[in-house]
Amino acid sequence: MVQHTPVVGIGQKRSSPRVEAYKTFWRRLRKNKAAVVGGVLILLFVLTGIFGPFFTTGDPNATQISNKLAPPSGEHWFGTDNYGRDIFTRIIHGMGITMKVGFLSVALGGTVGVILGIFSGYYGGPLDTFIMRAMDILLAFPGILLALAIVSVLGGSLQNVIIAVGVFSVPAFARIVRGSTLTVRKLEYIDAVKALGASDARIIFKHILPNVLSPIIVQLTLRIATAVLTASGLAFLGLGAKPPTPEWGAMLNEGRAYMQQAPHLVLFPGIMIVLVVLAFNIFGDGLRDALDPKMNK
Amino acid sequence: MAKKELLKVDGLKQYFPIKGGMMGRTVNHVKAVDDISFTIYEGETVSIVGESGCGKSTTGRAILRLEEPTEGTVTFNGHELTSLSKREMRKLRKDLQIIFQDPYASINPRQTVADVLDEAMTIQKVLPAKERRKRIIELLETVGLNEYQADRYPHEFSGGQRQRIGIARALSVNPKLIICDEAVSALDVSIQAQVLNLLQELQKDFKLTYLFISHDLGVVRHISDRVIVMYLGKIVEIGDKYSIFENPKHPYTKALLSAIPVPDPTREKKHIVLTGDVPSPIDPPTGCRFHTRCPFAQEKCKVDVPELSTHASMINGHEAACHFVEEIENGTLQAEGFEEAVF
Repeated sequence: MVQHTPVVGIGQKRSSPRVEAYKTFWRRLRKNKAAVVGGVLILLFVLTGIFGPFFTTGDPNATQISNKLAPPSGEHWFGTDNYGRDIFTRIIHGMGITMKVGFLSVALGGTVGVILGIFSGYYGGPLDTFIMRAMDILLAFPGILLALAIVSVLGGSLQNVIIAVGVFSVPAFARIVRGSTLTVRKLEYIDAVKALGASDARIIFKHILPNVLSPIIVQLTLRIATAVLTASGLAFLGLGAKPPTPEWGAMLNEGRAYMQQAPHLVLFPGIMIVLVVLAFNIFGDGLRDALDPKMNK
Repeated sequence: MAKKELLKVDGLKQYFPIKGGMMGRTVNHVKAVDDISFTIYEGETVSIVGESGCGKSTTGRAILRLEEPTEGTVTFNGHELTSLSKREMRKLRKDLQIIFQDPYASINPRQTVADVLDEAMTIQKVLPAKERRKRIIELLETVGLNEYQADRYPHEFSGGQRQRIGIARALSVNPKLIICDEAVSALDVSIQAQVLNLLQELQKDFKLTYLFISHDLGVVRHISDRVIVMYLGKIVEIGDKYSIFENPKHPYTKALLSAIPVPDPTREKKHIVLTGDVPSPIDPPTGCRFHTRCPFAQEKCKVDVPELSTHASMINGHEAACHFVEEIENGTLQAEGFEEAVF
């Protein structure tokens, strides 16, 4: 591909490499059709999560026993469940919960993981060994099992699910950030600012963090998918939000008994979980490709 | 005028641990710098030369405590650097700056030139924020760049220009000593000359002292007052430029100097070709470290570590670490299996 170098006159301030990098990044991301679809879906999900409840008619928990297990129709788009609750309304309300769990738990796990990873990579030595061995211990458990254990200890509530899923995202971030920090730390400009007498905090936050951001962003996106799946899994096992909260995993669990007569009870929450996870995954993959400097095309 | 000591390195050792095994125990050490001592006087240029891996860059980094030295003391202007706390050291860093080899890696790609210089001055509180912009322009002009380039990013500059930015950064905090770690090795020859001349002018104008680390003997000859020759973590010879280049005493220095190309095709030149590789710094040879490759090596060289010492034919503090300086000089010791290729 031809490199387009903008012609800039002497003395004119040029756009920063960051702006240039964003432009290249957008160009690459837009080329990736799957990533665009994923991104649009995510945007749609987030907006639905925030504003959806204001547009749906009625209470997600309003029962109508006379009209239970009704198949999808003009009045009830996704049908009704075993208590006669409108599944569409419940799904829209559940979107907010799913998004909240996904974003908050990853924000929690990401923050802790990034800090641990940067300190581990920057200081090295016994601190590094200690942090990384602790991460290995966390990684040794299958994710869902670890989250299960944490929720069992803390008690089942939405807040504890967020904490549990957050904790199990920590090692992934810590490892990736540690690796990137090790690379950046060895660069000569870090030595240069060190020789100028910069404090560790300045070096870490001003010179290392901005240069390890791209893998963090990719990981954040991919981890949300995992978080959503884990949270639904916990709810399905009855360890998440308490009924009658319209959590998708819980809805799956409730509908399980009626799968033969009324498959729509599990079909719609199931489809939604798949869509959300898929959207974040393909968007995350797209981000990774677009941010990878080796794919310079 | 009495020479004033600016930097005194005494018994400096830098060992890097090699971790291995299940528990990450230290199984061995790379003895990158092994017990070296030297002094730099105010206003002079001292060069350290030697081949790759001899510990010359490590010495520079250890002086600045970019890597904490294993042993030894570094005294700068009356302050013992190795015993200072990190905080005290940060304040003193103002006086000791470094210029790096790779002009492409030594500047954060996300900062403009002005940002780089401004940050340096912020860290050391050189000037109040208002006056910095003026100083930045001044600095750029000092190193031969222009005002309009202040707000550009590193990728918009050539290698030589970036090296000038690196020099401006070092100058921004008004240092006394600048360590030039292969500062011109990555530049092509015409640019090298420009940057070297700039460094010499700056030395005159700002009364700077340089510790110049290089493998390029031509450059070293051009810029140095005194020269230190290192081999495998030890100093083998030290002396003023004239002594080292015209009257080398250590067999290693002689071999090194014979490798300088002479731009005269008619002149027959004896090349002293060393055989074999540099031994591993993990397990350096006993006695004189050069004995495995030295054509004059005797039994004594394998056992006794030679100390730096001066002899009758050596002047101005010229010292060499060889047991047989005089014997080689008067011809009682002949080279064995010594390849003297004539080109």
